[in-house]
Amino acid sequence: MNIVVCAKQVVDVSEIKVDPSTKRPVLSGIAKKISDIDKNAVEEAIRMKEKVGGKITVLTVGSADAKERVKELLAMGADEGVVIVAPVDSEYSVVATLLAAAVKKLGQVDAVLCGEASIDLFSGQLGPRLAGVLDIPQLTYTTKLTAEKDHVTVERNLGDHAATMTSPYPVLISVTKEINTPRLPSLMQILSSSSKPIREWKAEELAGGPLTPKIKTLDIKGVPMSRKNIVYQDDLDASIHKLVGELAKEGVLR
Amino acid sequence: MQLELTEQQKMIRNMVREFAEKEIAPIAAELDKKEEYPTKTLEKMAALGLLGIIIPTEYGGAGLDTVAYATVIEEISRKCASTGVITSVHNSLAAWPIIKYGTDAQKKKYLPLLAKGERIGAFAGTEPNAGSDLAAMKTTAELKGNHYIMNGSKTFITSGPKAGIVIVFAVTNKAAGTKGLSAFIVENTFKGYKVGSIFEKLGIRASQTSELIFENMEVPKDNLLGKEGDGFKIALSTLDGGRIGIACQAVGIAQAALDESISYAKQREQFGQPIAKFQAIQWMIANMATRIEAARLLVYNAAYAKDKGERISKHAAMAKLFASETAMDAVIDALQIHGGYGYTKEYTVERLFRDAKITEIYEGTSEVQRMVIASSLLG
Repeated sequence: MNIVVCAKQVVDVSEIKVDPSTKRPVLSGIAKKISDIDKNAVEEAIRMKEKVGGKITVLTVGSADAKERVKELLAMGADEGVVIVAPVDSEYSVVATLLAAAVKKLGQVDAVLCGEASIDLFSGQLGPRLAGVLDIPQLTYTTKLTAEKDHVTVERNLGDHAATMTSPYPVLISVTKEINTPRLPSLMQILSSSSKPIREWKAEELAGGPLTPKIKTLDIKGVPMSRKNIVYQDDLDASIHKLVGELAKEGVLR
Repeated sequence: MQLELTEQQKMIRNMVREFAEKEIAPIAAELDKKEEYPTKTLEKMAALGLLGIIIPTEYGGAGLDTVAYATVIEEISRKCASTGVITSVHNSLAAWPIIKYGTDAQKKKYLPLLAKGERIGAFAGTEPNAGSDLAAMKTTAELKGNHYIMNGSKTFITSGPKAGIVIVFAVTNKAAGTKGLSAFIVENTFKGYKVGSIFEKLGIRASQTSELIFENMEVPKDNLLGKEGDGFKIALSTLDGGRIGIACQAVGIAQAALDESISYAKQREQFGQPIAKFQAIQWMIANMATRIEAARLLVYNAAYAKDKGERISKHAAMAKLFASETAMDAVIDALQIHGGYGYTKEYTVERLFRDAKITEIYEGTSEVQRMVIASSLLG
């Protein structure tokens, strides 16, 4: 089985600070990593491979330095990586088009896995868009996956209800972070990952020409969160009573 | 001149950092309190190859260099200094002398067991009346037929009660002084091998430290490490490498003290502002961070020299001396920053304070490190 995992290199959002004067996030000097939920997708791909056999290719669209992060996924157990070097303003439609072109270029692909969303922008668009461009079935928000030779069965978390569904291959599956705990690579796996291939494809060559972003990001600013900073200083019982009253008034408690 | 880890070394450091955060940090305080050996953690570490870091790949290890090894010991010690020293002793004091001085048969027999973590390694040089003064050693080994008969006792042995493979030093020729010392690979299953008292310690309480007692212990002739009389040389060269490990442990403890101080100083408010806004706190943190950076570079320098095959006694002694004193300075300041809370077991810094002290003592006290440095300069 040929499995493709789409993984995105993101900045470590836990380290982002907002410049108090401009309200813009300060991104320089912040460590980059693979988006957490995409690592869950890689882990699930490895489990699929362990069960039914096959080959795992990691695809990423971004800057050339993503290669170092892709190596981590190869150390976990993916077999090869492809970094599609694309301009920084590539938005969802461009990225989905590029990934679809890459999947087609890879040839026979049975399953495409990705995280339900990336931890930096969390739009959740990529999986569904990619399935649309590839014109294959999609199973989103997967919390459990059982792969067989000719079909896959998944459990999906749809907020107010859960659904169990099955699909033949090829299929796109987006996973949630609850699906598994990504493994840590051993020292030996880290050492052997350096011999696994990482190819670099150019966006324009892959798409057969320049791709125009449909959406332009004009500005990104942190959202200020105002706090009420109320301190209840009466005796404990009275304070609790007041706090519960205030929370009810705010609609937090009903 | 390159002062940066390679991408591969960074990947290793990141993997160990993540492992330590997830698997070691949550249990470190509890193990310290109960003086409980981290057996389960060591099993998980073995699966990741962390018990065979420097063991060649043909014997089931990862075959990594000393710089990569240094990053591993630092990251583990940053979350638990006990697990750090167990790993350091296992790799650099038990596996290394076998890699360096062992016969093919000894390597084939013992290195895979250490690499897979099926046996934990220890090093037994110290005796009640012989610490850094190895020549005062009283344990004897006398060749009778196919066995050496060993008698004597060792003390302050890290992992003593749990170790399965121990590098033991004993006198084989009393008249020859330090040239009469020999090294042996001893298994805890040998007849006459006994674990003595387990010490109740101030710090690194999860690393069990004990006496080992040998009563007419039969050590097969084949378990002599190197030649008869090589013991002194083997002990000194092994301890040079071990000191790099302890220096890494010290840097890890110091880094943890800095991590805790930064996070506490930012959230603790006094006089209407976080204490991080006060210059007195800022200076302590700045000094701590600067010394840690310097200590880490000294460690990498010693590790790099070892990988190049240079004589490292001076480098290793300098790294160990500076890193251990840095750790002690760091925990004193870190506890001061934490105020009264730091004096309680509620806060990690209390454990760091107790753990740091041993780094100035074992594998050669700071005074011994200064002797080593001075003698390499003055002859």
